[in-house]
Formats: sequence, structure tokens, C-alpha cells
Amino acid sequence: MRMQPNVQFDGQPVPEGSGPAAIELSEASVTFGRGDRAVPALSKTSLRIADGEFVALVGPSGCGKSTILRLVSGLVQPTGGVVIVGGREVAAQALRVGMAFQNPTMLPWMTIERNIMLPLKIVEPFRSDFRRLRKTEFRDKANALLEQVGLKGFGSRFPWQLSGGMLQRANLCRALIHEPRLLLLDEPFGALDQFTREELWAILQDLWMTHKPTVLLVTHDLREAGFLASRICVMSARPGRILDDSRVDFARPRTVAMTFEPDFVALNQKLRAFIEDARGAAEQGAG
Amino acid sequence: MSGIDIRQKAWSAGLIVLFFVGWELFCLATGMSDLVLPRPSQVFVTLYQRFPVLWPHIVQTLATTMFGFVLGVALGVALGAIIGVSKTAYDTCYPLLIGFSSIPKVAVVPIFVLWFGSGTVPAVLTALSICFFPIVVNIATGLATTEPELEDVLKALGASKFDILWNVGLPRTMPFFFASLKVAISYAFVGAVLSETVASNRGLGNVMMTASSNFNVPLVFASLFVLAALGVALYVVFSLIEGRVTGWATRKNDVIAT
Repeated sequence: MRMQPNVQFDGQPVPEGSGPAAIELSEASVTFGRGDRAVPALSKTSLRIADGEFVALVGPSGCGKSTILRLVSGLVQPTGGVVIVGGREVAAQALRVGMAFQNPTMLPWMTIERNIMLPLKIVEPFRSDFRRLRKTEFRDKANALLEQVGLKGFGSRFPWQLSGGMLQRANLCRALIHEPRLLLLDEPFGALDQFTREELWAILQDLWMTHKPTVLLVTHDLREAGFLASRICVMSARPGRILDDSRVDFARPRTVAMTFEPDFVALNQKLRAFIEDARGAAEQGAG
Repeated sequence: MSGIDIRQKAWSAGLIVLFFVGWELFCLATGMSDLVLPRPSQVFVTLYQRFPVLWPHIVQTLATTMFGFVLGVALGVALGAIIGVSKTAYDTCYPLLIGFSSIPKVAVVPIFVLWFGSGTVPAVLTALSICFFPIVVNIATGLATTEPELEDVLKALGASKFDILWNVGLPRTMPFFFASLKVAISYAFVGAVLSETVASNRGLGNVMMTASSNFNVPLVFASLFVLAALGVALYVVFSLIEGRVTGWATRKNDVIAT
């Protein structure tokens, strides 16, 4: 069910299924609990995401979007099927992916700069050099990212001195500091007001276009998905599965003005219809 | 410091002065015998005159308190870390801990005396056993309240349990830890004096027992004053340390609006 098969994205032809797969879910399913209490969170799902793609997962709440994210990050093991990330099966092996949630979770006793450098303290090869480089190279790295998200000069502030939108920008910096190939975002802008959110879309787009990680974004906001993603997967209600998988080929960099153009509105309405169907089906199923 | 702050402090100081003046006047007005309730002025004079005699006992009580406190902190942190990291350990250990903590410590002193003889050892152990519980609870709570999202972020980076504990868990418990130190040092002090009162030939607790059996009531009160002063001093020291180490937890209202 592709909106436009084999479309251009970012001006480059991306033939379907080509290129190295960054993420590959084959019939992956997740069930929480056992026996009578077993709750299926994700029914057999297959999904292939190419390196450098920006994929948005949308769907009714509680549909297993976050479960896919946790599967890919290795925080949850599949009950059935296989999850391959970066050419390896997700197992105990750490993937060093960048993650950001709705709650920015900056550590209150550290400056923003040091908060952002936290992954460098954990992940090799940075870890070994952390003591040596934290005052020079790593700090410059953190400040370069801060500058890119419009927080120049805020590195020495403490988290409580920043607004919610600023903290979320810092959160994106922390997710990217160790140059992950994979960025997992779970409703990162859910708690922000509309204007701040739109501002952050542009920032995230900019970050993605410069660093080119593979991004998996879970969101409720269809405009957000349309603005940011190069591909949108719509999921059904719990237990989740993928109903629709569409490419989004609006030219980049995209702007907020673009989100009011007829093509974008049409995409939005199409996604909306899918989700309404999914919600309706879920209610019938429950009733 | 704001004007309101200074005024508040002045009121507090005034109340303390008023308390002693009232006490003095009450004794003078009723002609109270100093065998029952000595006047504060008498107590201060006794304190001044007997200070050389009291001094070694003060040192003894302080040393016992600190020793018991340090052991209690070490034990409390270790146990708190264990039960704070693991939910299973928390649920398993909690009932037993509650059981131990609800035993009145005065009832334990005779057992310590039975095992170790009278003197310093039971005092140290009483201080330890009375002060370690608030530390365990606070460390465990601090560790258990680490944000799950942050834990996920770090786990996805490949952080070990120790990495998370070291970089996030332990710093997060610091405000809880220092808050509990203030309480624990007061408890340790109470424990040490308690044990000295029951079974020891040294320390302020013992001085008070001896003085009261000799009907030297002003000396009893003088010791009481010293105890109060020491208790306040220890509390203040740990409050100051707390303020310096965990200033981030008492955040100020200097938010930058955007």
C-alpha cells in the first residue's frame, strides 16, 4: 500500500529494498507476561529500514509503537521472530543507539554541557579518552552541537535554568553526541507547545540532514510525521502491526508553511483515516 | 540575606533568650529549690566551674558518637545500595528492617553490655544501630527513584549496572543521603548518651547519672546544656555540608524565560 511507489526522496532515487538495511524486523512479535496474563504488545511485524532513512511510526495510543523502539534498542527481546540492527541480531550486545524521550531527563546536578557529554562517559571509544578530553575536544563537540540547536552559550547553565523546549533541544544533543548510526525518538516533542514543537522539527531536520543517522521516530502528531519523515508507517491498535507504509517525498528542507499545502494536507488526511479505522476496529474488537 | 530572613533569625534568638529569662524569673519568683530545678544562671556558673572535669567526658561522648555514626553510615550506605538497586532485595529485606528498627534501642543496650561489657563498645554499637536505619531508607529510596527513561537511554548505550549506579544513581541519592546524615548524627548522639547512661563509667551520660545520684542537680543540667549544644552543633555542621554538596537539589528561582 504505497502512496507513490519508488518515489524520489531528497532528490536521490532510492530503489525499494536497496542499500544496507539499518534495521530489519522479521516476523518479530512481543508478548508481555506469561500464561493467562500474557498481553500481546506486537503481533508478527516485518519492517526494513535502510541506512540513513527517517521513519516515523504513527498509530493509536498503546499500539506497540514504543515496543518497536524498545525492540530495536535492545531493551526488549522479541518473543518471536528476529530483530537485526546494523547487521547483527539484537541480543546482549550493546548497540550504542541514541535515544530521546518526551521527558528530557537532564541530570540536575550537572551543567547542560556535562549532561550532553554523559554518553561519551559510557560509550567506547570515547570512554577511554573521557578524562583526557572532557575539558577540550569533547567539550567543543558538545558546544558545537548546542550551537547547532540554537543553545550557544547555554552549556554552563544548569537544567533548571532552561525552559522545556531548550531542555528538549539539549536532549537531542545528548542523543547525538556519540555519533550514533541510529537515533530512536519516542514522542520527543509531546510535552511542548505548538510553536516550540514546530521550531524543534526544523532543528531535528537540520540535525538529521547534517549527521545523517537512521532515525526511528514514534509520534502521535501526524503533521510532525509528515514534516520530518521520509517514510511513515501506520500501526494498528494493540496488538500492533503495520497497516500502511508510505514514502514522503516533499523536498527538504521542509518548512512549516509547507504543512498547509494541499499535498501535505492530503497525506495528513490519508494517515488520519487509517488511524481512525484502526481505532474503530479496536473498539469493535473490545466491544 | 533578605530582611525577612534576618528578622526571622532575630525572632528565633529572642525566643531562646526569653525562654531562659522566663525560667530564671520563674525559679526566683517561686523560690524553687536548686535540688529540683536550678536557675539557668546557676547552671551556667556550674558549667564554667566544672568544665575541666566535664571536658574528657565530652570528648568521650563525641568520639563514641562519631565512631558509631561512621560505622552506621558505612553499613547503611552498603545495605541501602543493595536493596535500592534490586526491587527483589528491597521487598525481601524491608519487613526484617522494619522489625529491627522498631525495637526500642534502650532495650538493646543490656544485650550489648552482656556481650561486650560496659563502656565504649556498647555505646558505639547503640549509636550505630540507632542511626543506620534512616540512611538505609534514604539511600534505597534515592536509588529506586531514578527516572526509567534515563535508565533506558543509558542501557541503550550499553551502560553496565555499575555505570548507571555510579553516574546517575549515587549522585541522585546525595540529597537524600545528606538529609539522612543530619537525622542520623542526632540519632547516633542520642544512642551514645543512652548507652553511657545505662552502662558506662565515662561520657556525659554517665556524668549525668553520677551527678543525679549525688543530688548535684546543677551539674545534671550543665551536662544537659552541653548535650543540647553538641546536638545542635552536629546538626548545623551536617546541614552546612549538605548545602554545599547538594545545592542543586534546592534549586533557586533564577529560571531564564524564553
